[in-house]
Amino acid sequence: MMRFLIPLVVFVVLVGFLWKGLALDPSEVPTPLLNKPAPAFKLQELQNASQTLSPANLRGKVWLLNVWASWCVSCREEHPVLLRYSKTGEVPIYGLNYKDQRKDALRWLQQFGNPYVANGFDTDGQVGIDYGVYGVPETYVIDRQGVIRHKHIGPITDTVWRDEIMPIVRKLKG
Amino acid sequence: MKQLFAVLLVLFAWSVNTYAKEAEPVMGDEALQERVMKLAGELRCLVCQGESLAESHSDFAKDMLVKIRELIQQGKTNQEVKDYLVERYGDFILYRPPFSGITAYIWVAPFVLAVAGAGLLIFNIRRRRERMKVAPLSEEEQARVNSLLKEDAGDGKAAMASEGDRP
Amino acid sequence: MIPEIGHFALIVALCVALVQGTLPLVGAARGIPRWMALARPAAQGQFVFVAISYACLTYAFIHSDFSVLYVAEHSNSALPLIYRIAGVWGGHEGSLLLWILMLSIWMLAVTVFSRHLPEEMVARVLGVMGLVSVGFLCFIIFTSDPFQRLLPAAPDGQDLNPLLQDPGLAIHPPMLYMGYVGFSVAFAFAIAALLGGKLDATWARWSRPWTTVAWMFLTCGIALGSWWSYYVLGWGGWWFWDPVENASFMPWLVGTALIHSLAVTEKRGSFKSWTVLLAIFAFSLSLLGTFLVRSGVLTSVHSFASDPKRGLFILIFLVIVVGSSLMLYAWRAPKVGLGGSFAMVSRESLLLANNVLFTTAAATVLLGTLAPLFVDALVAVGMLGPTNKISVGAPYFNLVFVPIMFFAVFLMAVGPIAKWKKANVPELAARLKWGGVTSVVIAVIMPFLLGHWSWLVSLGILMAFWIIFAVAQGMWERLQRTHSDRSWLGRLVGLPKSFLGMQLAHLGVAVFILGVTVIGGYEVGKDVKMNIGDTVEVGGYTFRFDGVMSVPGPNYEATRGIIKVFKDGVPLEELHPEKRVYRVQRQPMTNAAIDSGFFRHLFVALGEPVGNGGWSVRVYYKPLVSWIWLGCVMMALGGLLAISDRRYRTLARKQREQLRGGADASVSVAPQPKPALTRAEVKS
Repeated sequence: MMRFLIPLVVFVVLVGFLWKGLALDPSEVPTPLLNKPAPAFKLQELQNASQTLSPANLRGKVWLLNVWASWCVSCREEHPVLLRYSKTGEVPIYGLNYKDQRKDALRWLQQFGNPYVANGFDTDGQVGIDYGVYGVPETYVIDRQGVIRHKHIGPITDTVWRDEIMPIVRKLKG
Repeated sequence: MKQLFAVLLVLFAWSVNTYAKEAEPVMGDEALQERVMKLAGELRCLVCQGESLAESHSDFAKDMLVKIRELIQQGKTNQEVKDYLVERYGDFILYRPPFSGITAYIWVAPFVLAVAGAGLLIFNIRRRRERMKVAPLSEEEQARVNSLLKEDAGDGKAAMASEGDRP
Repeated sequence: MIPEIGHFALIVALCVALVQGTLPLVGAARGIPRWMALARPAAQGQFVFVAISYACLTYAFIHSDFSVLYVAEHSNSALPLIYRIAGVWGGHEGSLLLWILMLSIWMLAVTVFSRHLPEEMVARVLGVMGLVSVGFLCFIIFTSDPFQRLLPAAPDGQDLNPLLQDPGLAIHPPMLYMGYVGFSVAFAFAIAALLGGKLDATWARWSRPWTTVAWMFLTCGIALGSWWSYYVLGWGGWWFWDPVENASFMPWLVGTALIHSLAVTEKRGSFKSWTVLLAIFAFSLSLLGTFLVRSGVLTSVHSFASDPKRGLFILIFLVIVVGSSLMLYAWRAPKVGLGGSFAMVSRESLLLANNVLFTTAAATVLLGTLAPLFVDALVAVGMLGPTNKISVGAPYFNLVFVPIMFFAVFLMAVGPIAKWKKANVPELAARLKWGGVTSVVIAVIMPFLLGHWSWLVSLGILMAFWIIFAVAQGMWERLQRTHSDRSWLGRLVGLPKSFLGMQLAHLGVAVFILGVTVIGGYEVGKDVKMNIGDTVEVGGYTFRFDGVMSVPGPNYEATRGIIKVFKDGVPLEELHPEKRVYRVQRQPMTNAAIDSGFFRHLFVALGEPVGNGGWSVRVYYKPLVSWIWLGCVMMALGGLLAISDRRYRTLARKQREQLRGGADASVSVAPQPKPALTRAEVKS
């Protein structure tokens, strides 16, 4: 007699998962680099080719690494947000200009504003691969010891900045 | 004049030589290309997520193919290439979920289900037969059955036989 | 004005559906003839209003009315007419309207082809379908209105997704939906039987043709989808185990189990509760598929723009429909009798073993498709670490699916020749012995002849020929038994259509397996850089690149490659693969060129320009690939043949007379299915 209830029970469990699934984004890939040292690199600076950008030089600071490109439409969406929050000076934003042309990137920054303290010019995307970048924009939160503590995939909105990124930054700053 | 002619002849011969040839593989070396594509078939495109790197048209897939080729040319083995990518992108980039942790359940589940289903079926058939054990017929009843069957048989054996085998 | 009429028609349809979904059901429960009699006119009325609504949306598309939001999002003034008509179902809202239209067509069919069924049954079946219709109409009206206005109107539309601008769009979704929705009829019959408390062989006989027709449409729909994605997506793959593909495959697997299960119930009155459960599952999977595709819960190349709010609505609808039917099942099924008994080895048990396999296959596909979601959910509640994220792709499904199907194929030969109730194992073995041995021999030798030997190819050939010989054996034995003075061809045609249909469908499976095996084992592809005049040799054919030219299209710009094909120096074809950029959506599309032959396809696609006028080109030699879809077509034709069986026609007349005589339908001995159904179904 009870066995006739089995399909119903299985169905209820299934629905539970489906309901939970509605709130999730299935395409987000979690990074294996979480809580691991940020991969080292030494890239030419975007605006000044004679200077370089390297995570090693940023030890002692809590900072954001924002991966962007001039050809990326979603980056335009998040740009005003970054611009606004960069002015508060709470946390420095460094950029990784990913698979771009120097003059296009510079033009883009000139046109839309520059929230970045400095930009690494990763034209062949090699550093992006080391960081597990598979789409743009992506943003990493890196602590004073150079360890990646958070990765956000997709454009940063006000809500994301306020509720997701800044709490982590504040905790890391101590 | 003769020299000019000779130069032109050489140029002509050289250009004809490079004119129409057997197309070379995109990666220059057929064996290399095959190895890259085979490996790419075992890795997922993170942008399309349903397709492998070999199938996908996306820019990400193209970049990954270039990277894989680079790594192979540096002398890495297939496993080392996979490890390199897993280090950066996680297990997710492997198209075939590794047999570990949660995925072990997923690999094993179908066979468990099939065996369980078969077991359930056999159990059910047995139980049904026990429930439906019919009492044997008495001699009189058996005689009636026989005479009835003989009547029907006269109406055409073919129809009876085919009735029994109809899908 | 027209869009408003369309919207209003939907609302009227909803009201009619509400009536149809309540009064006849109550009428059947309480024995109120007038309420039961409402079912037919209500269903017909619903069809009228849904059709009006659909026509209004089509009108808006054809006349490029960009003041309708849906039209503005999915059409364009430069879009060719055929895609303006087919594009109606190119997006979420319109495809839902198509769903509802299909449902109303099926309801109409039920009203027409059910004259011989008792009024109670008809009332319940249409009542249940009416309730389903209520759900979908509410969904459309409250969350996915295709008639929503865009004010001010857009100057031009965003164009239909270039991937959909293809003849495949014109046929694949309608076929697929006819199948999906058709299972609602089988579902309605099952629920009606549970509600009425009468579940017997007669019910199975009524249900079977409807189920078979729905299954036929679904088979064609899936095959069309596979064929379409073959020449549009990827590099000529024919199945990707993509979640949306799986969403259509699961109902098909359960539907196949259902058809076979109905055979047992019709013939022997056994395993009725199992058959009813399968009918519920088949339609539930159709609904689940609808949910998966539109809720954003899974990533897929096919999914519609996702909206979790809509997902929630469908989920709730799913819970109501499936939850209540499973509760009804748990309540009523135990009271259903057991039917005849049978031996451990008998046609019944073999058919049921087949069902276990197909259901396991469906469960496996479900598990693999939802596994990523399960893991994500467990991670979200903290039961698993985040690095456990998985995705399950083709390697998993292929590896797991093949062994299950291997056993099913084995049964496919044994089942049809086994006796009902009790089969004699040594006798079966003796009859199958020669076919088995010959298949093994062929399977061992043939791979060498085709190129190189491999386990997988050998296995595939073994499975295919095992079926082929079993079909031949079955036909031979059957022909021998017919005592007639006609020629063997005459006797062949005289065999029962249901028998012929079964053999044809099984043969289709063999053809399908051969196609899959050969192309899997012997496909050859090369990815090469070609300058003008360069050649490449693939599969015994020579391909020469003769450059590219620019070709403007109605709503796109194309770069067309010119590839000449030679065999042994003899020029055969000129192929024109294209790279298109659609003017509005600016998404680059690769349109491959295919030279299709019965035994092989030559597949050429442009890659990227490599400088100096050269291009990277992918060239494939694909042997027997068309057999994949040929096999599916044969399966569908087998189904068609089966429902044209005489017994559904001549005996219906007897049944009508009996009904008029007031005899109790379920007690009568003669089978009582639909009369004209067969002829009309053949036409459709």
